[in-house]
Amino acid sequence: MSIEARFRLERAGFALDVDLVLPGHGVTAIFGHSGSGKTTLLRCIAGLERAPGTLTVKSQPWQDASFFMPVHQRPLGYVFQEASLFPHLTAQRNLEYGMKRVPATERRVAMDQAIALLGIGHLLDRLPDQLSGGERQRVAIARALLTSPKLLLMDEPLAALDLARKNEILPYLEHLHDELEIPVLYVSHAPDEVARLADHIVVMEGGRAVAQGALTETLARVDLPIRLGEDAGVVLDGRIAERDGNWHLARVEFDGGSLWVRDTGHALDHHVRVRILARDVSVALEPQHDSSILNCLPAEVAEIAADAHPALALVKLKLGKSAVVARLTHRSACGLDLKPGLPVYAQIKAVALIG
Amino acid sequence: MPDPSDLAAVWLTLRLATVTTLILMVVGTPIAWWLARTPSRWKGPVGAVVALPIVLPPTVLGFYLLLLLGPNGVIGQFTQWAGIGLLPFTFWGLVVASVFYSLPFVVQPIQNAFEAIGDRPLEAAATLRASRLDAFFTVAVPLAKPGFMTAAVLGFAHTVGEFGVVLMIGGNIPEKTRVVSVQIYDHVEALEYANAHWLAALMVVFSFLVLLALYTLNPTGKRK
Repeated sequence: MSIEARFRLERAGFALDVDLVLPGHGVTAIFGHSGSGKTTLLRCIAGLERAPGTLTVKSQPWQDASFFMPVHQRPLGYVFQEASLFPHLTAQRNLEYGMKRVPATERRVAMDQAIALLGIGHLLDRLPDQLSGGERQRVAIARALLTSPKLLLMDEPLAALDLARKNEILPYLEHLHDELEIPVLYVSHAPDEVARLADHIVVMEGGRAVAQGALTETLARVDLPIRLGEDAGVVLDGRIAERDGNWHLARVEFDGGSLWVRDTGHALDHHVRVRILARDVSVALEPQHDSSILNCLPAEVAEIAADAHPALALVKLKLGKSAVVARLTHRSACGLDLKPGLPVYAQIKAVALIG
Repeated sequence: MPDPSDLAAVWLTLRLATVTTLILMVVGTPIAWWLARTPSRWKGPVGAVVALPIVLPPTVLGFYLLLLLGPNGVIGQFTQWAGIGLLPFTFWGLVVASVFYSLPFVVQPIQNAFEAIGDRPLEAAATLRASRLDAFFTVAVPLAKPGFMTAAVLGFAHTVGEFGVVLMIGGNIPEKTRVVSVQIYDHVEALEYANAHWLAALMVVFSFLVLLALYTLNPTGKRK
């Protein structure tokens, strides 16, 4: 039940050439710089751009050499960078626009559900130009959901918003992820959004997909470090296992150990995601008891690779089924005689809880 | 005071302008849509042909229409074959001439309005399951509403104001082809200045009201 997309498109000064198999569940981030072809790829999948190729979504052919399903017949939802609400219709009528064009028997997302999910109940009577940017985008997301899409395409839905508006919408996107079983392709160049929302990642560069896979595994690759932002780092999925009121700390348990983080008020068992940057991880051969570092976990060296600067190495450390990446100098790696299979301790100086 | 022939001319003019405007809205909208959205290299030539009546002297347009609609013209032979007879010097001849004469005044405002909408709303409509035709009527037309209003008002007003084409194609037959502008000309020729004044003043008031309506319906600068 996956999404198979193969496109080849030549444009003046740009070529898109991809052959992808994307999972038919969860959020897949299509990540890359502007001009890397990620929006073009999304538009090809939607059929808004006509590129030669084949596209099969959950075993349903949408496009091949002899067949091109028109956009309006594809069971997809599309959220544009600017909300693109119809300015002559109220929020309510915007929501109904797509929904009433879907046969009643195929509707799986109810109006009430979408309104509650995006928190837009108080905005329904307003026209788009009476809404803030963030509100407009929430209505646009709800409008797309109400067509009960089999695939939701989001083209940098937060890029046109300031940080406050962005933080206002991110929780809604997380709810979406948790509550609806609609696969999402999420185009973004913002590391924080990808780290927070994505389960899978496709990294685009110059019209090609240079890496793809589960987010946690792909970020832990040291042979081809994918930088979300300025630094290499990994993302781990876990849950709140313990809260220590005395020290205002919470213990996040993940597959391979647990980490103490600042308690941000999440309830026990709440699913959380943490991000650990390579520069915040150091390696020791013995557990350090006389150190200020709180998180020191037994691990095993999995792989050592060169980093961008000749002095530095990236070391992938296995913690159970998970992995973190540490950045060390080659001199330290040599001094500790690190090699794959060696049991070590990962000292993690900083852990960011990202929702 | 107006005499009955003046009132007949007013009535004829209103009928002509109304019928012409209705036809133009139906004919002009698809042309405007095509001109606004086509990537075709024919866009330029077609746009230029549509705009010709703006620059051509009405007598030139009327002359060629007279030839086309006349007994030896292509359209004239067709209308005779179809049993309609010949169109010059009839009300419907005036309608055909007015449709050509006022076409750019209807097509251009609608075309501009369609162009201003851009691709995005139509793409959004397509992703919301609307077919092209559906999106045209539920998104493009409502968003282009100011353009349609302008087009209707201009098409109507321009038809009311025509003179040269009418004379060429319609002549000057009372109650059949004698419209207000021609009637004023006749009054002046006959030195009936009082009657000419009455009709001329009517035209001034009408034109002012049309322009007032245009600027009130379409305040520039307010729409985003």
